[in-house]
Amino acid sequence: MKKTLKRSNAPIFWALFGAGGMLSALLGPMLVFITGLAIPLGMLLPVDTMSYAKMLAFAQNIVGKGFIFAIISLFLWHAAHRIFHSLHDIGIHAGIVAKLICYGGALAATLVTAYTLLAIGF
Amino acid sequence: MSENQRIIEIEVLRYNPETDKEPSKQVFDVPFTDDMSVLQGVQYIKDYLDGSLSFRWSCRMAICGSCGMMINGEPSLSCETFLRDYYPARVRVEALAHFPIEKDLVINMEGFIEKLESIQPYIIPKEARTLAQGEYLQTPAQLASYEQFSSCINCMLCYAACPQFGLNSDFIGPAAMALLHRYNIDSRDAGKGERMELVNSEEGVFNCTAVGYCSEVCPKHVDPANAVNQNKTNSAADYFMRFLTPKGGAK
Repeated sequence: MKKTLKRSNAPIFWALFGAGGMLSALLGPMLVFITGLAIPLGMLLPVDTMSYAKMLAFAQNIVGKGFIFAIISLFLWHAAHRIFHSLHDIGIHAGIVAKLICYGGALAATLVTAYTLLAIGF
Repeated sequence: MSENQRIIEIEVLRYNPETDKEPSKQVFDVPFTDDMSVLQGVQYIKDYLDGSLSFRWSCRMAICGSCGMMINGEPSLSCETFLRDYYPARVRVEALAHFPIEKDLVINMEGFIEKLESIQPYIIPKEARTLAQGEYLQTPAQLASYEQFSSCINCMLCYAACPQFGLNSDFIGPAAMALLHRYNIDSRDAGKGERMELVNSEEGVFNCTAVGYCSEVCPKHVDPANAVNQNKTNSAADYFMRFLTPKGGAK
């Protein structure tokens, strides 16, 4: 007897998780170093590299916008997926509630990021 | 008995569904020699100490896949695990994790057999060939692409190793996925479309969180983790591509 199989919608979340994982692995440590250490401590780059004016210009540039959006959104989708599965692994099977909080959080942040990036203009 | 014979304590998980509420441990003192496997240790118990001990075994040489047990908490074939490696400490022998126990070290493998059947583990040709057309030909490279996945002996160690199968026994699991993959990538097979339905389903590959312990415990060096994770990519492609192609894999 063949069971009726329901297609899993996991590929959507898995693809976002994978994209975020790849991006965070490649860029995450470097970004932490540049924004958290190198610039504030004046190592390698001048202290005003991340001044408001420069960052605003970066965020108003179409490529800069895309970069900021991908970094924030995909990192969060990656984290959401990781947290959701880790909860399951440690025995918290909160199911739909955990799903809503984890993925809902990532979705909300994605929308806020998109709105903010568009709102600051080009 | 030779003079280098020593005594090892074997702690066995006992369970008799007719009389016991829950499994309990029992310790036996077993004389052993350097060449004795854990399987021979439990055979000694059955022959000389307690004839009621139940366990599965057959070939004694890691081919049949019958004698899988948890040995000190690790899924192992008891025929290729040796008592000398544990002595002088006690060795703990339990039924394979994540499966219902039928009696003592014997687990109920019904669910696993159903999973094996569900993946259609046989070649589904594109079109039937007549005898006159001769055999299906395959190049060494085509054989090499799936060969390692065909070495599975259905010992179920990978299921005992898989934490996700432990949390959700509906998960199709490592061995069945490895075998499914073996047929899907066989050049003679055309059944991928039918099998993808299972890969894509809620019982399918996305239950896996890439722990990889399944591949570590495999006594035949199959890499089920690889099969499962390649099929995550296949399944994701199938998920999104079905909107572009008229015939997707699953409904």
